[in-house]
Amino acid sequence: MEASSLGLTFPAGDGDIVALSDVNLTIDKGEFVSFIGPSGCGKTTFLRAIADLEKPTSGTLTVNGQTPENARKDRAYGYVFQAAALYPWRTIEDNVALPLEIMGYGSADRAERVRRTLALVNLSGFEKKYPWQLSGGMQQRASIARALSFDADLLLMDEPFGALDEIVRDHLNSELLKLWARTEKTICFVTHSIPEAVYLSTKIVVMSPRPGRVTDVIVSTLPRERPLDIRETPEFLEIAARVRDGLRAGHSYEEVV
Amino acid sequence: MSRTLSMLQLYLALIAGGCGLLGLAASLPTIGAAPLMLIFFAVSALSLLRLVLPWSFWLDGVLAVLGAWALIASLPAEGLMPLHHWLALIASWAFAWLFVERLAAAIRAGKLPETGTGLVIPLIFGLALIVIWEVVTRGASVSPVLLPAPSAIATRFAASTGILWADFVQTFIKSVIPGYVIGCVAGLLVAIAVDRSPFLKAGIMPIGNFMSALPIIGIAPIMVMWFGFDWQSKAAVVVAMTFFPMLVNTVAGLNAASTIERDLMSTYAASYRQTLMKLRLPAAGPFIFNALKINSTLALIGAIVAEFFGTPVVGMGFRISTGVGRLAIDLVWAEIAVAAIAGSAFYGVIALIERGVTFWHPSVRGGRT
Repeated sequence: MEASSLGLTFPAGDGDIVALSDVNLTIDKGEFVSFIGPSGCGKTTFLRAIADLEKPTSGTLTVNGQTPENARKDRAYGYVFQAAALYPWRTIEDNVALPLEIMGYGSADRAERVRRTLALVNLSGFEKKYPWQLSGGMQQRASIARALSFDADLLLMDEPFGALDEIVRDHLNSELLKLWARTEKTICFVTHSIPEAVYLSTKIVVMSPRPGRVTDVIVSTLPRERPLDIRETPEFLEIAARVRDGLRAGHSYEEVV
Repeated sequence: MSRTLSMLQLYLALIAGGCGLLGLAASLPTIGAAPLMLIFFAVSALSLLRLVLPWSFWLDGVLAVLGAWALIASLPAEGLMPLHHWLALIASWAFAWLFVERLAAAIRAGKLPETGTGLVIPLIFGLALIVIWEVVTRGASVSPVLLPAPSAIATRFAASTGILWADFVQTFIKSVIPGYVIGCVAGLLVAIAVDRSPFLKAGIMPIGNFMSALPIIGIAPIMVMWFGFDWQSKAAVVVAMTFFPMLVNTVAGLNAASTIERDLMSTYAASYRQTLMKLRLPAAGPFIFNALKINSTLALIGAIVAEFFGTPVVGMGFRISTGVGRLAIDLVWAEIAVAAIAGSAFYGVIALIERGVTFWHPSVRGGRT
């Protein structure tokens, strides 16, 4: 995935809002990239631009060497939203099967993929439940299973664990890492938690607001195998400090007040 | 148990027992005239013992029924009811209220299961209403033109089932059902078209709005001129009445799906049709059923009123309008009973289907979103 001098402006009544300006970034296959920054820094907008849910107003953006629109039509990525957005009239297995139905998979193939992806997110045994019968963490796991079910190489995640409490979050973070190791997908992950970004990523993109831009790209030196207590090692804290420096350089802390 | 009575229950018990005592005293001069009534008064007076002895609420229920039975059995064929019998009406009503109060309290306290006993309360309420209606109309000799007694309506109902059935078929089966189906399906389809095309939205919504503002007594005679005297014109009125609620509700319902849910469909590169069938129509379900329920009552009203403006000599509206003219008020009430039963059953069926189809909606499953 490649972006060069990408810009995106939302027209508004009292002057246009510049959501992204001059973003240059390359993401290689198999990377786990986190986007971090305060609200309004354009990290979600950038993710939505990759997903063709927003149209860039300047610069170029290619996904798998194609335009985002063609990549979307090619079903090149799975998207996990802030909320689980499971359809309440469908059971968990039917929700996971939804993209497969739309993409025209046969029913035997569908059943097999649903079984496999639900096992991947540890939700076996909950196939027949309805979303409102599950906890928030389980719902979000089901929505990850839905994004994985059709085997897209790219997984876009927009603060998927933002609404969950920290204990569930830690648990899902370590599961996500295992999942990534097993599936070898490319993951773009939006967050505003520094420990989450450092713990998960191979590359951390630090962004700052007004206008939304990239202030720093940090390549993680942590090993791929990461137990939860890696977060107490000096190496981890050093990277976290660099992220914080990057945020400060983008005047992010001043804006937050 | 006597110490567990609430303030309201205590008052009701005092009213019931007091009326029993007074009635017993008032019956003494004509003792033997109405034995059943005498027994009721005596036991009611005895119920005052609840102040010192345990007194099960089932006994209150039995007393309410006994009082109603005694009242109806001793109603005079002609003229006014003896004055002290009104005390029995008050006592019986107080017993019924007390029974329901204590039954509800027992259900709340978990002493009785909710299912089954929960149905008893509305049933008693309805029966009490009918008993009071019967006793007041006959006991006070209310003119049957003003308000016939339920027994007179029931007698007329049983004697004219042939007419009532023919009217029901004409009005409900031939006018309401086809009109309802056509109106609702058309409303749904037009709503989908309106949702798709901004041009139609600008054009059709004001016309639909305008149509719904037309008074039914204005369009009914016009429909009779267009479609003739038979059921077709009534069905047309029903179509006109049911179309707009369905249109407006469905248009609102199609926008009920959240932005995230739609973005999700977009990330799958789903077609318009797939998004409609798999997301937007299911999400619109609660709105559509809302319209179906509103329309179920509107349709019956529309068909009955439309029959006032020309009809073959059959139909519920026809029977009501001619019944009033001939002072056959009991027949009018019998038709009203048929309309009420048919309307409630229609609504009930739609509501049942709704529970099955939109089981997932928080309003149906009784949970949070």
